[in-house]
Order: sequence, then C-alpha cells, then structure tokens
Amino acid sequence: MSKVEVVSERCKGCGLCVLACPKKNLSLGDEYNAQGYAYVKFSSDGKCTGCSFCAELCPDMALRVYKQEKK
Amino acid sequence: MSAQPKLKKVFDRPQCLKDVPYHYCPGCHHGVIHRLLAEQIDNFGLRGKTLGAASVGCSVLIYDYFDVDIVEAPHGRAAAVATGLKRARPDSFVFTYQGDGDLAAIGTAEIVHAANRGENITVVFVNNAVFGMTGGQMAPTTLEGQVTTTSPYGRSAAEAGLPIRVTEMLSTLEGTAYAARVAVDNIKNLKKAKAALKRAVTYQQKGWGFSFVEFLSSCPTNWKMTPEEANARVGKEMADYFPLGVYKDVRAN
Repeated sequence: MSKVEVVSERCKGCGLCVLACPKKNLSLGDEYNAQGYAYVKFSSDGKCTGCSFCAELCPDMALRVYKQEKK
Repeated sequence: MSAQPKLKKVFDRPQCLKDVPYHYCPGCHHGVIHRLLAEQIDNFGLRGKTLGAASVGCSVLIYDYFDVDIVEAPHGRAAAVATGLKRARPDSFVFTYQGDGDLAAIGTAEIVHAANRGENITVVFVNNAVFGMTGGQMAPTTLEGQVTTTSPYGRSAAEAGLPIRVTEMLSTLEGTAYAARVAVDNIKNLKKAKAALKRAVTYQQKGWGFSFVEFLSSCPTNWKMTPEEANARVGKEMADYFPLGVYKDVRAN
C-alpha cells in the first residue's frame, strides 16, 4: 500500500497538500509540533496511489512518499 | 508465501538542499521554488560548480538552504554580481534568485542591462506582487487596487502606474535567449515550471545566452490571506494580469 510520511516537525500546517491530494487522504490535524503548528495527518484506507502531488506542492518538504511497486 | 511488495521512495528532498527548516511563512511558495531549482542543479550534476547570487528580500538567506557557493549581492545588484561571477568563472553554472522588490524595483537597471548584454546566466525571478521581508509595501508588480502598507486604499494607476510585466519587457531585448513565466499553485503549473527551469539551465549549459524564469508566488502574510486563499489568488488575479507561458525561446525548433 502506498503511503505518505509526514515529518511533523517540518510541517507548518499551511494545508496546500490537503488541496493537492486527489484522494483526500490528508487533513489538518489537531496536534501541534514544537514550532506550534498543527501538522497534517495522513490516513489512506488503501486509497493512496503514491502520486506525490502533495509532496511536490509542499513548500517545506515535510512529506515523504512511498509508492507500492507492482507485483 | 506472500511476499509483501516493496515500497519505493518516490519523493525525497534534493541533495543540494540542506536538511534544515525554512524560515518562510506557512504556505509561501519560496520553498517549492527553492526545491525546483535544487532539483535541476542535482539533475544536471552541477552541485560542485554552481555559483549563486542572492538578492535582498525574503530569499536573502538562500545560502542557508542551498549547499552550493552563494554570493550575497547588494540590493538589486544580483544580475551584475552574477555577470562578474560568470565572466571570472565561465565554467561555472551561475544563477541569481531575486524577488520582485529586488529585481523589478531597485535592480531594474542591472537586470535590463544583463539581459541586453546577453550574459550567459540564469535568473530566477520570484514575483509575489509585494515587498515581503520589509513588511508588505507596494512593489512595482503590485496589482491595481491591491492594498499594501504603502497603498492603504489600493494601488492607484493614476499615482503609481500599472504593474510591470518583467518577462514581456525582457523578452523584447535581443540579448534575452529564454524568457518564461510560470507558477507553482497547482500540479499542472508546477510541471510546466519544472520544464521551464530545466530549459533555462540547459540554455546556460549550452552557452546559448541569458535565460529568465519568472515565478508567480504567493505571500499569505502580506496579502493578509490564508495560505489557501493566497494560493488561489496566484492562479486567478495574478495569472490574469501576468499571463503564464514561454515568451521567448530562441533555440526552439
């Protein structure tokens, strides 16, 4: 299953990745990092395709994307 | 035996960007533009021979983020400094990274003449229609009617004129070889931005002359908007007045 890892300490909670995700797998969370920003949460239910749109548009490179390799 | 198919890392930070947090505000496009430029430096394997000229503005601390040699230019003079760098070290890849308050205001003479001379450098111009670092004053690229700290009733065309379209202006010069305007507000524009930046680096690598890429960028803090609203404004109001596209590509076949 493809997935996105959020580097919570780098996220500034701008929400541009939330707009970018075609599958709506990202949402602004309610937990805060050391800088005081509410960072994004990833929850996929198997819908993430590993397209990397979120990470491409993240200004702070707070996302790492892992794509499922085909069997 | 059901071997779990492997996960492949498909997105990671470019090698020539240091692993440090940016000082930019949430939702600022500088971060994306830095990354795109860094990706091209990595892509062409130029990390060891890149010389940058930084401007004054929010991107003044670019040397903290790029793992390449960068000279801090006096306000507006990055194109002049880059001229010197390229002439002294012709084998290097030389870029400038300038905002609109730097390039289009105090640095107008330098950029126009660097382009007119056809210096073999690459200029990355970040246009967010405002002076960001100094507190949101009106810039030459501020849109008509836009409220800033020095145009509290909105920019008036009668008093301040209309915004300068720098890419169009530079593309009329004989020395300019490549000029494009791009944005990074959505994935489609970002792909085009990548292509334009790659083309600009190619121009310099092949010695084809002056290459210029303007990025429309957001400034949520000084536009007094949320990152989401600011991002939307780039694609609507900004792109309406500053149309995206490639304006000059002399080697296009």
